[in-house]
Amino acid sequence: MAAVSILETRGLTKAYGGVLANSDVNFKLAKGKVTALIGPNGAGKSTFVGMVSGRTEATSGQVFFEGKDISHLPAHKRMQLGLAYTFQITSIFPGLSVHENVALAARRKLGKDRKALEAKVQAVLTRVGIADRADQIAGDLSYGHQRILEIAMGLAQDPHVFILDEPTQGLADSEVDDFIKLVRSLAGETTILLIEHNMKVVMETADFITVLDQGMVLAEGTPAEIHANADVQAAYLGSTPHA
Amino acid sequence: MTSSRKSTLLHFGVLALLVVLFFVLPPYHAGNLSRIMVLAIYAMGYNLLFGYTGLLSLGHAMFFAAGMYGFGLTLNLGGWPVPLAFVAGVICAGALALVIGLLALRTAGVAFMIVTLMFAQTGYLVVLYFGTYTRGDEGFVIQQAQRMLGGIDLTSETGRYVTALILFAICFLGLARLVQTPFGRTLVAIRENEERTRMLGYDAGSHKLRALILSGAVSGVAGAAYALLFGYVGATFATVQYSIFPLLWVLLGGAGTTIGPLIGVFFMFYLIDTSSTYTNAYMLIAGVVLVLLTVFAPQGLAGELRKRVFKWLP
Amino acid sequence: MEFGPHLMLASLEGAVIAAILSLTAMGLSIVFGVMRVVNVAHGEFFMLGAVLAWYVTSALGGHPALGFVAALLIVPVLVAAIAATADRLILKRIDYDADRTIVGTIGILYIIQQTTLMTFGPDARPVEAPFNTRLSLPWFEFGENGFAMFWPWGLSTTSYKLFVIAAAVVILLGLWMVITRTKIGLVMRATQQDSEMAQAFGVPVGTVYSLVFGLGAGLAALGAVLVVPIQQAHYLMGHDPLLLSFIVVIIGGLGSLPGTIVAAILIGMSDGIISVFFSPTIAKIIATLLVAMVLVFRPQGLLGKTAP
Repeated sequence: MAAVSILETRGLTKAYGGVLANSDVNFKLAKGKVTALIGPNGAGKSTFVGMVSGRTEATSGQVFFEGKDISHLPAHKRMQLGLAYTFQITSIFPGLSVHENVALAARRKLGKDRKALEAKVQAVLTRVGIADRADQIAGDLSYGHQRILEIAMGLAQDPHVFILDEPTQGLADSEVDDFIKLVRSLAGETTILLIEHNMKVVMETADFITVLDQGMVLAEGTPAEIHANADVQAAYLGSTPHA
Repeated sequence: MTSSRKSTLLHFGVLALLVVLFFVLPPYHAGNLSRIMVLAIYAMGYNLLFGYTGLLSLGHAMFFAAGMYGFGLTLNLGGWPVPLAFVAGVICAGALALVIGLLALRTAGVAFMIVTLMFAQTGYLVVLYFGTYTRGDEGFVIQQAQRMLGGIDLTSETGRYVTALILFAICFLGLARLVQTPFGRTLVAIRENEERTRMLGYDAGSHKLRALILSGAVSGVAGAAYALLFGYVGATFATVQYSIFPLLWVLLGGAGTTIGPLIGVFFMFYLIDTSSTYTNAYMLIAGVVLVLLTVFAPQGLAGELRKRVFKWLP
Repeated sequence: MEFGPHLMLASLEGAVIAAILSLTAMGLSIVFGVMRVVNVAHGEFFMLGAVLAWYVTSALGGHPALGFVAALLIVPVLVAAIAATADRLILKRIDYDADRTIVGTIGILYIIQQTTLMTFGPDARPVEAPFNTRLSLPWFEFGENGFAMFWPWGLSTTSYKLFVIAAAVVILLGLWMVITRTKIGLVMRATQQDSEMAQAFGVPVGTVYSLVFGLGAGLAALGAVLVVPIQQAHYLMGHDPLLLSFIVVIIGGLGSLPGTIVAAILIGMSDGIISVFFSPTIAKIIATLLVAMVLVFRPQGLLGKTAP
């Protein structure tokens, strides 16, 4: 791949006691593209992403972001550099309004300028389609809408890299379609790293796919290449399919 | 009318009411109100940490006492002028909060409660240990002659009320403004979901420490003011009871609201004042109120009002 | 008195403190271990034990041993029942939420304490011990005739104090057997490990919680009944045991029963010894600072498994 790497990991490893959740992962994230991270359950996807975002401390290895070594930075500093992250289990501010949720996300950069902040919040809410719910208490929203709110919070930060941990889990089919449209519309604006189980979403949005299995990188390539890869099929199905 | 318009009106309305009450109330109640306003400053300091940031401290008496002793000792033993001694008290409290914060904020939840309780208890014991200077439980009196500011006698009814009101107004308006700023909003975010706040790029640890220092300093203002206006410094103000009081006041009035602390102090003061004419076991009221509050109305008076009726209440 | 005998005296006093403390702290530890709540009113259940013991012994009159045995049997059960009721009425309603439980138990603290003030009054009242012979203790020295024992003046203890130490050991052993060998103990341990799983297996978690809360209070009350002939009953006597129990449970490690015992012996002995040789205030300062530092730097305590 000749694409520019905006994020890179070298030898990233996580050991819990004697168990290796991630083993020597070398990964390059192509700038401006959508990369999907897939793999069977327990493959180490969330642990890997945890180490990239700073939520989990790596046992060894390095993380580089826009050329800088961020391996020893705490999570909040990485976010300040331009990373954004949505949780696998939705994590918003359920007691606050939808508006305040997004405002909090945007305020770190735009806190000094009330007008710009307000404009940003409105723009983001409109883009994801929940502007009419701005005054609702976030905890009262349906699960699907809460997930969308979390994505809105990520967008409000104008991230350079947007990490989405299983964003379509629990969404209805129509909501999944909306999500696919949204991701496609972000193409070029930002770089997206997507952990997903929903293969439809992966195939329709990803420019590149990395497959993890048992904590290690199993395969990397375009959707077509991965689709045809026998090792990947074996990992998912447990046996090589007959032609 | 916008929410912020209503808020401003409310805050200035409360202050205006306090001014009016001075002229309307008989001296006994005016005197009570002076005391209530000073204790409300303490409650507001506590509210910043508990109501807005979500950290329950069981040791705030150490900050109140730091302000009280910082003022009283520099005045009495050091002969410092009143304004300087007052500032010394506030700085003592703030500095103590910094040190405690660096240690205690390494813990969370129940551990934080116990750690703050233990540090406060240590503070109380240290005050007792250095009894030669602090006069321990017995305490010491600050003479009327010393409690003058620029020729104005602060011990008169008017002097007390005006000073208490000015200090209260500064803290009341200042804190009401603070919670609307990005810093204040971030504190609320930390209370609601600390991990999410970190993952939005905020340094939660630094925010919590600053909140604790400010909370401690404001509590110190109350302690110094209490010594200044009521002329007495004693170790009772460093006991566990004085750490429980602000929690009680804030819970009763409404944690995380701006007027809650004042309401809580007011109600509790008069509840105890009335019941202590009947029995010396007046803290029984405190106990019953705490239980009823936590079971049935954890939002407190202003909090329930905000939830059900006045959604804009700051 | 010379240093040696003085130390022995201090150690004996410390041993009595440790004995009572291990019972009281064990109550707090069991409650936290199984229910994951901090009971700030724990000291007041201790105080209730002493006060109710006074009522029982005064009501019965006659030989002090009679009243004492009655108190030993009735009072802990009574206090346990009061605690279990408080659990049903209050703690269950707030779903054992950490913040609200602390506030709620602070409220219970004041209710119990102040009601006692209103009924029992502000004075300290003594309870007579069932037996109380003074026992002189020997010390050793190397004289001209070699190794010899002598009985220094002032070095003595009482038969009752020795009884207290022995009783505490017996009770703790009994408790250990109940927890590890009986079905009820098994149910308690299961609920501690995983309350949701236990519930799925048909364990009535709500009832277990009430029982455990009662047990914790009952243990404290038992300790108080044992100590009241030495100490006197007073409505504020719950304060120090609460603080000391906290210190023990945190240093020993929340949820670790052997840790609690080790820490109780450590804290009790050092409290006794430091109080005798230095001042009680210094002893308390050291103890409270120590527990704060342990929580900050080593939250699992010395032997504990989980941080609070």
